[in-house]
Amino acid sequence: MKYTAFAAVSAVALACAAPAVAGPEAEVLHWWTSGGEAKSAAVLQQEFADNGGTWTDMPVAGGGGDAAMTALRARVLSGNAPTAVQLKGPAIQEWYEEGVLADISSVAEAEGWGDVLPGSIAEHMKCEGKWCAAPVNVHRVDWIWANAALLEANGIEMPQTWEDFNAAADKLMAAGITPLAHGGQAWQDATVFEAVALGFLGPEDFRKAFVELDMDTLKSEKMTAVFDQMRKMRGYVDANFPGRDWNLATSMVMNGEAAFQIMGDWAKGEFLAAGKEPGKDFLCASVPGDGFLYNVDSFAMFEVDGEDKQAGQDLLAKLIVGPKFQEVFNLNKGSIPARVDVKLDAFDTCAHLSAKDMGESADNGSLLPSYAHGMALRGAQAGAITDVVTAHFNSEMSSAEAVQMLADAVANSL
Amino acid sequence: MTDVTLAPAAAANSRNWSHFALRWTLFTLLGLFALFYLMPLFVMITTSLKSLEEIRTGSLIAFPREVTFDAWRTAWSEACTGIQCEGLRPYFWNSVVIAVPAVAISTMLGAANGYVIAQWRFRGANLVFSLMLFGCFIPFQVVLLPMARMLGLMGLAGSIPGLIFVHVTYGIGFTTLFFRNFYVTIPQDLVKAAKVDGAGFFRIFWSIFLPLSLPIIVVTVIWQFTQIWNDFLFGVSFSQAGTQPVTVALNNIVNSTTGVKEYNVDMAAAIIAALPTLLVYAVAGKYFIRGLTAGSVKG
Amino acid sequence: MTEWLERHIPKMVLAPSFAAVLVFVYGFIAWTAWVSLTRSRLLPKYEIDGLIQYERLFNAPRWDTAMSNLFVFGTLFILISMVLGLMLAILLDQKIRTEGVLRTIYLYPMALSLIVTGTAWKWIMNPGLGLEAMVRGWGFESFTFDWVINPDKAIYAVVIAGVWQASGFVMALFLAGLRGVDGEIIKAAQVDGIPAWRIYTAIIIPSMAPIFLSAFIVLAHLAIKSFDLVIALTGGGPGYATDLPATYMYTMAFSRGDIGQAASSAMVMMGVVFAIIVPYLYSELRAKHD
Repeated sequence: MKYTAFAAVSAVALACAAPAVAGPEAEVLHWWTSGGEAKSAAVLQQEFADNGGTWTDMPVAGGGGDAAMTALRARVLSGNAPTAVQLKGPAIQEWYEEGVLADISSVAEAEGWGDVLPGSIAEHMKCEGKWCAAPVNVHRVDWIWANAALLEANGIEMPQTWEDFNAAADKLMAAGITPLAHGGQAWQDATVFEAVALGFLGPEDFRKAFVELDMDTLKSEKMTAVFDQMRKMRGYVDANFPGRDWNLATSMVMNGEAAFQIMGDWAKGEFLAAGKEPGKDFLCASVPGDGFLYNVDSFAMFEVDGEDKQAGQDLLAKLIVGPKFQEVFNLNKGSIPARVDVKLDAFDTCAHLSAKDMGESADNGSLLPSYAHGMALRGAQAGAITDVVTAHFNSEMSSAEAVQMLADAVANSL
Repeated sequence: MTDVTLAPAAAANSRNWSHFALRWTLFTLLGLFALFYLMPLFVMITTSLKSLEEIRTGSLIAFPREVTFDAWRTAWSEACTGIQCEGLRPYFWNSVVIAVPAVAISTMLGAANGYVIAQWRFRGANLVFSLMLFGCFIPFQVVLLPMARMLGLMGLAGSIPGLIFVHVTYGIGFTTLFFRNFYVTIPQDLVKAAKVDGAGFFRIFWSIFLPLSLPIIVVTVIWQFTQIWNDFLFGVSFSQAGTQPVTVALNNIVNSTTGVKEYNVDMAAAIIAALPTLLVYAVAGKYFIRGLTAGSVKG
Repeated sequence: MTEWLERHIPKMVLAPSFAAVLVFVYGFIAWTAWVSLTRSRLLPKYEIDGLIQYERLFNAPRWDTAMSNLFVFGTLFILISMVLGLMLAILLDQKIRTEGVLRTIYLYPMALSLIVTGTAWKWIMNPGLGLEAMVRGWGFESFTFDWVINPDKAIYAVVIAGVWQASGFVMALFLAGLRGVDGEIIKAAQVDGIPAWRIYTAIIIPSMAPIFLSAFIVLAHLAIKSFDLVIALTGGGPGYATDLPATYMYTMAFSRGDIGQAASSAMVMMGVVFAIIVPYLYSELRAKHD
C-alpha cells in the first residue's frame, strides 16, 4: 500500500516534472467512462496537461450521473469537494444556492462566452447573473431514427406530422414489422413522452408545462391528447420492451426488426460503431413538430482552497469552451458543439441538421430544455412527472386519469 | 455429527435397492439445482467469449459461434474506467487493501462480542445484543450523508482507513450475530468447568472456543468478504481519485448511459471482479469439515 | 483488583463495538428522524417544518406500490430462501463426494456483482430472448414465462433472482449449523433405531434454532435493503411496478435531490423493520434464555 502510494506519487511527480514545482491542478468528477466518451474526455486532459496542468481523474458512471451525484454529496459534506464536476441543468443553480460553487465569470468574460453560446444555453450556465458552469456539448433529444431499407421496402417516407407517423406505423404493423423500437425504462418512456409532447403542445405550451409547471397547461385538453398518442405509441411497441436497454432497441432498428426509434443523438454512436452510414443505412430526422429539445453537458467548479486548484479551474473552464476541444469531443460523442462558431466540416449530415435546427430554433424561441434529461426542471418535479408517464405507459390508465395524476404529482412534489 | 443420512446404511439386500434409488434421486435433485444456479453464469461466460458483432446480430443466449478472449483482456487491462483505459487492474489492489483488514477486524470483534454475549452473560446483555442486531437493518443509503460528515471531521474523508472504518462499523452487527448464535449452542458448563480449572476469560476463548469455531469463522469470512468486496455504495461515496475500489471501476465499465455498450467486456469484467470472492469460497468452503465439533463438545 | 478486572473484562470487550453501534447506527437514525421533519432538498437542512414530508410520502402512489412490493417480495424471498437453503444443506450433508463443487456452485451467485448478473437474468427472463424463446424453440409453443415484462408479475421475477443470489449463503449457514450439532445425541438416536427423517425433524433442526435466527436476520436485511437487485433486473419497472422502499429512498435522496422526502421514507422503513424484528427477537431470545 505504502509502496503503491509512493509509486503513484512519484509517477505524478515525473509526469509534471517539466513545468517545475506546481501548476494548475484539478480533480475532475465525471461520468464519461465508455470507450468513445472516455477518449473524448482524454482529449481535454491532454490539452490540460499541455498547458501545464495536472488532472486527477474521478470517474463515477451509472444512472445518467446519479451515482456521481451521490458521490458528490458525500464529498461536499465531508469537506473534500472535487475541483470540477460534471453537472447539468437546474442542478447547477441548486448547488449554487447551497453556496458551494465557484464564480468563473472572469474566464467567461475574457473568453467572450456570451458571444459564442446560444442565449438559452448560456442562461443555464449562469447563477444569479454570474457564470458558474462551462458547457461542453449539445445533445438533441427529439430525434427519430429509422432503418432506411425497411422504410423503402414499405414505401414510407420519414414522417413530417404525427398523423404521418401513425399512418406509417399502422402500415408497418400490417406488414408484420414492429414500428417502434423502444426500451421500457422510465427515462426512455420520458424521452418518447417529451418528443410527443413537443409535437402536440407546440414549443410555447411545452415551455409552460415542463419549464414553468403551469397547472392550466398541465391539465389542458392538449395534454390529454399527448397521453392519447402515448397510448397509441404503446401499441406500436413489441411485447418484450420492458427493461430493454436503449442500445438494444437501436440494434433492433439496425437489424431490421423495427423501423423507428425515438432517442437522443447518442444513438447515432451505436449506428456508427456498427459501421452503418447516415443517410444510407439509417435515417435521422427531428420528430414531427417544431422545436429543438437540448440536453447540454457542462462542468461546474466547486469552491476549493489553494491557488493551484483555482488556477486549474480557470484553465479547465477556458479549455472546455475552447473551439478545439468542442470540435474533437463532439465528433466522438455524436452531439454538436455548444459554441456556434465551430466549423462543422468534419461532422456528419445528422449533426449538420442538428446545428441548423438549433440556430433556427434559437432565433424563433423554440430552443427548449429537455425535461426527461434533467435540463428543464429540478429533480423532484421532473421525477414526479416521469413517475406518471411511465405508470401510464405501462398500464391501462386512461388519458384523463393520467392528466389528473400528473397535476397531483407535480403539486405533491413542490 | 456422525453418520446421519436420509438413507441409512442398509444391512439387508432388499434395502440396498431403495438405498440406491434414494441416492439417485438425491443426485438428480442436487444436479437440477446446480443447473438453476449455473444458468446466469452460462449466459455471462458465453457472452464474454463472443465478439461484439456477434452479440449485436445473434441470439444473446447461445454458444458463441467463434470464441474470442479479447473481451477478457480488454476488461482486465484495456477497458476505459474514465480517462484511463487500463481496465480493472489498477483498482484491484485498492479493494484488497480495504477488504482484508476490514474482514479481519470485523471478524475478530464479532468473535469476541459473540463470546461475551453467549457465554459471559451480564445484565442487559440481551438488550445490547438486540440493539446491535437491529442496527444491521439500517439502510446504508441513510447513513451515507451523516457518515460523510463524520469522516470529514475525523480527517478520514476519501481515504482507505476511512473505508475500512466504515465497513467494520457496519459489519460488527452481523459478525456478532453469527458468533453469538454459534456459541450459544455450546453448553455453558464448558466455561464453568474451565473456570474451576483456573482459566481466565481470554484463556478460555483462545484454547476452547476459537478451536471450535472454524465453520462459523468460514461463514463469517464468506459473508464479510462478499459484502465488503462487492460494496459499491460506500466505495463510491467515501473514496476519491486513487482510492476507488474495483466495484466502482466495474460500474464505470458497465454503466455508461450514452456510450456504446460492450456486453462481452461487461460480463468478463464482472467475472474477473468476482474472482477473489470465488477463490475465498472455494478455499474456505473446504473447512466445513464434517463432524468438526463432534467429540470435542462433551460438556 | 484482578477480581474486579475479571468481572468487567467481558463488558470492556464489548464496549467499543457497542459504542460504535450507538453512534453510527442510533445516532444516525436520530439524525434521519430530524431531517425527515425538514424541507431538505439537495443537502440536509436543519429547520424543522412539521410532518410535511410524511404527508407527501403517503400521498405518493409510488410509495404505496413500493410498500406492498416489500411485503410480497420480503415474505416470498425469506420463505423460499430459507426452505431451499435448509434443503440444500441437508442434501449436501449426505456424504456426497462432489460436495465441494456443488457447494461452490450454490454459493457463487453471492460472489458476483448484481450490476452484471442482473443483466444476465434480464436476458434469461425476457420472453423474446431467454427461456421462453428457448423452450418454444424446442417445440413447446405454448410455454410462457413472461413475468419480468408483466407489471403484475414482475415482482415474482425479482424474487427468483433474489433467491438465486441469497439461498446459497443460507445453505452455508445451515451447513455450519449441521456440522455443529452434537454427534453423541445423534448416535444415541440411531442406536435406538429412530428413522433418519425423524432425527432431522425432531433433533437436528430444533437444535439449530439460533441458526434460523441468523438466517432470518440475514434474509430480512437483504429483503429490506434490496436495491442493486431491482435496479439491475427491472430498474423498478415496468413503470414502477417493482419499486421497493430502498429504491424509492435512493431515488429521492440522490437522483431527485429530495433528502427530506428520502428521510421520511427511511423512517417508515425503520418502523416496519422494528415492527417485524422486535417481536421475533423478543420471542427468540426469551425462549433461549429463560
